[in-house]
Amino acid sequence: MLEFLVAPFEFGFMQRALVGGVLVAAICALVGTYVVLRGLAFVGDALAHAAFPGVVIAYLLKGNIYLGALLFALATALGIGLVSGRGRVSHDTAIGILFAGAFALGVLLMSMIRGYSVDLFSFLFGNVLGISERELWLVAFLGGVVVLTITVCYKELLLLSFDPTVAEAMGYPIRAFNYLLLALIAVTIVISIQTVGIILVVALLVTPSATAYLLTERFFRMMLLGPLLAVLAAVIGLYLSYYLNVASGAAIVLVSTCVFFLALAGRRLLSHGPSRA
Amino acid sequence: MTETKTWRYCLEVRDLDAGYNGTPAVEGITFAIPPGQMVGVIGPNGAGKSTLFKAILGLIPHQRGEILLHEAPALGQRAMMGYLPQLEEVTRDFPVSVADVAMMGRYPRIGWGRRPGPDDVAAVRQALDRVELLGQAQTQIGKLSGGQQQRAFLARVLAQDPHLLLLDEPVSGVDTTTQHAIFALLEALRDTGKTVVVATHDLNCVIERFDQVLCLNRRVIAYGPPREVFREDILDRTYGHHLMIVRVGDRRIVVADEHRH
Repeated sequence: MLEFLVAPFEFGFMQRALVGGVLVAAICALVGTYVVLRGLAFVGDALAHAAFPGVVIAYLLKGNIYLGALLFALATALGIGLVSGRGRVSHDTAIGILFAGAFALGVLLMSMIRGYSVDLFSFLFGNVLGISERELWLVAFLGGVVVLTITVCYKELLLLSFDPTVAEAMGYPIRAFNYLLLALIAVTIVISIQTVGIILVVALLVTPSATAYLLTERFFRMMLLGPLLAVLAAVIGLYLSYYLNVASGAAIVLVSTCVFFLALAGRRLLSHGPSRA
Repeated sequence: MTETKTWRYCLEVRDLDAGYNGTPAVEGITFAIPPGQMVGVIGPNGAGKSTLFKAILGLIPHQRGEILLHEAPALGQRAMMGYLPQLEEVTRDFPVSVADVAMMGRYPRIGWGRRPGPDDVAAVRQALDRVELLGQAQTQIGKLSGGQQQRAFLARVLAQDPHLLLLDEPVSGVDTTTQHAIFALLEALRDTGKTVVVATHDLNCVIERFDQVLCLNRRVIAYGPPREVFREDILDRTYGHHLMIVRVGDRRIVVADEHRH
């Protein structure tokens, strides 16, 4: 049994994948607390897709793809904030227009490259097994920035999420906070691209936090439990990926999805089963 | 309550036009409230009571006029104003306890990046005690009844310890016993020097308990002590002939006239 657990991590790439997967999963679930409570899943998915042209352009220019992704995700976050609530365009319509357009631009650019499929395919679906040490440091640094920001603004972000009207009445700059939250989501997405890819990152943002939301009634506990469940999914997903030889990002996401449905079933049983007299 | 200076007015509103999208919902609003007074804001639905409150708090823009709190622009001192919205637009399932909600009132005092200290915990305890929710302190907010939730949000205002309280229909949908408890609490706050402004439909309560009444119908129809303001002509202009005053011995009772609609 021990051999079974230890064997995969005799390889350097698996060690890096473990560190990377665990870090990314934990940070996603931390930020995911806000995504779930404020109903920003669609926004998160949109930011991830909008980062794609940034990746392609950086790839074409042989620049840093993380920087490209970050610029595009942040610009889209800003765009969503600016466009929504103007005239007839509703919030989710604005998001739909922006992210689909940006993603199409990415696909268009990608189709111009000869022999593109392998590298860029991995950005769409992720490959944590291919994460480099340099990328790990980047994930750790940007993840640290996210954690620090949340620590400093913990109370304010909680109040903003719970009761924006009263937050504003107390004098908090809620527009700035909304942008900050979008920026946090954007950064989180960027550091997740190598691990789970653009298409699946929304699952890491939403699923573990949603599971935690089923299991606790306290914000702080949700913020601890979400990352814990995410780390568990990342580790189990990696083992599955190694032993069954399946895509790592998809494996992590599917484990997370299973845990969610287990929690949902458990909750149903607890609230309806024994107490139903 | 450390301030030593006694202000002539706690809140001054001068010639205010305010409303969404540049169309004023209230116009030419002027009034001033000395500290330590309890003021009722009355008027029919759509008179602009909520708009006035939101404009004072800077939640909606004003096109004209000035809002002063202790002789300085109110917008810069919003932590000194406690607000209870008419309808709390919060998610019932949000993972916070009653004590967590009350603690939010302390956030402006605690400041960035800090955790609540013993003072804050004590203030929250006291606030919950005053609204009689100490026993439910650890209950998730959504598990409370509507009236209890309203008291929890009032506890947040109390914990904030503001100079000015702006309460938008704090007793709507609350049972009579709780209504009396809330008004008694507001009177006690007033007696400690707080300025309490309450939008309400309960005119009889205004007659009995409030120091001043602001009659609002897009404009200020009248502003003064209830005994002076509660005249048939003023109420007629405020409500448009839907109200009348009945004198019972020494008391005046306001009756809504449903038939003249």
